[in-house]
Amino acid sequence: MSNETTAVETGETIGGRKTHDEHGHITEFGYVRIFIILAIITAVEVVWSYYNIEAIFIPVLFLMMIVKFWLVAAEFMHLKYDVKVFAGFFVTGLVLAGGVYLIFLSASQIWQSF
Amino acid sequence: MAEAVLDSAVHAADDDHGHSTGTGISNNKLAMWVFLGSECLLFGGLISTYLLYRHNIQDGPGPSEEFFDIPFTSASSFVLLMSSLTMVLAHYAAERGDNRKLKIWLLTTALLGSVFVAGQIYEFTVFVEEGLGWSTSPFSSAFYALTGFHGVHVTIGIIMLLSTFISAVRGRMHPGNAETVEIVGLYWHFVDIVWVFIFTVIYLAA
Repeated sequence: MSNETTAVETGETIGGRKTHDEHGHITEFGYVRIFIILAIITAVEVVWSYYNIEAIFIPVLFLMMIVKFWLVAAEFMHLKYDVKVFAGFFVTGLVLAGGVYLIFLSASQIWQSF
Repeated sequence: MAEAVLDSAVHAADDDHGHSTGTGISNNKLAMWVFLGSECLLFGGLISTYLLYRHNIQDGPGPSEEFFDIPFTSASSFVLLMSSLTMVLAHYAAERGDNRKLKIWLLTTALLGSVFVAGQIYEFTVFVEEGLGWSTSPFSSAFYALTGFHGVHVTIGIIMLLSTFISAVRGRMHPGNAETVEIVGLYWHFVDIVWVFIFTVIYLAA
């Protein structure tokens, strides 16, 4: 085992960065568990898509999508554990993307149909 | 002893990633997050265009359960999700200086990404054979632009993974520059997140 490995495994910050030990002590098994949850949600999504229950079909589908989105961003991309400014940049991008969609809708005069 | 070890690791990190910053935040990682924020805008524009034009099919086929091969695309989605797991395991191995596992996981991630891209090329071929060309309708143009741009992003990710793999093979990867693997991972997970959205909006909600 190299000296550098020892330093990392102590969980100390190196060069202003966080190591996995600082990421809430997630282990390899922890990542596999998150993947299994993601796989189950995907399977449920696909099954759900064959049952077109009109009133709740889209909201339930989007809820599952948001959960998957959050799990990947928070756990795999470490947003949950990392410096908040990274999450800030990401959320800003998402909000602006939502704004782009609203502008598209307005430009297409979609609101008149409501 | 621990201080000396930490110092050597910090110097190794500094050698690879420029200099320490006043904020304590890595410049490279910050740059990647700013880039990903801007990528949200790119895909936001493409997804918005698709949502607006999805019913404008003219004489061509339109988005429907019969047209899209949901089981096939679900398998592709599963492959991409699995590649996110192997990517995060590669980062985990990099931080622990486990070069053998790092190489295995990086190569596995690149292979899974390649399977996804191959699946997308196959799907496009089938769609073209069924009469959905690039300029068939505003729907088809928006669909190919969105999924095609995503495919290009996956391909760029595969190139990044392979170049990191080559660095690992040459023995250039060590815990001090594990951030390189993390940055490649951020890009890869982002590509996965975008697909999570595309899969729901285009295929399942069709």
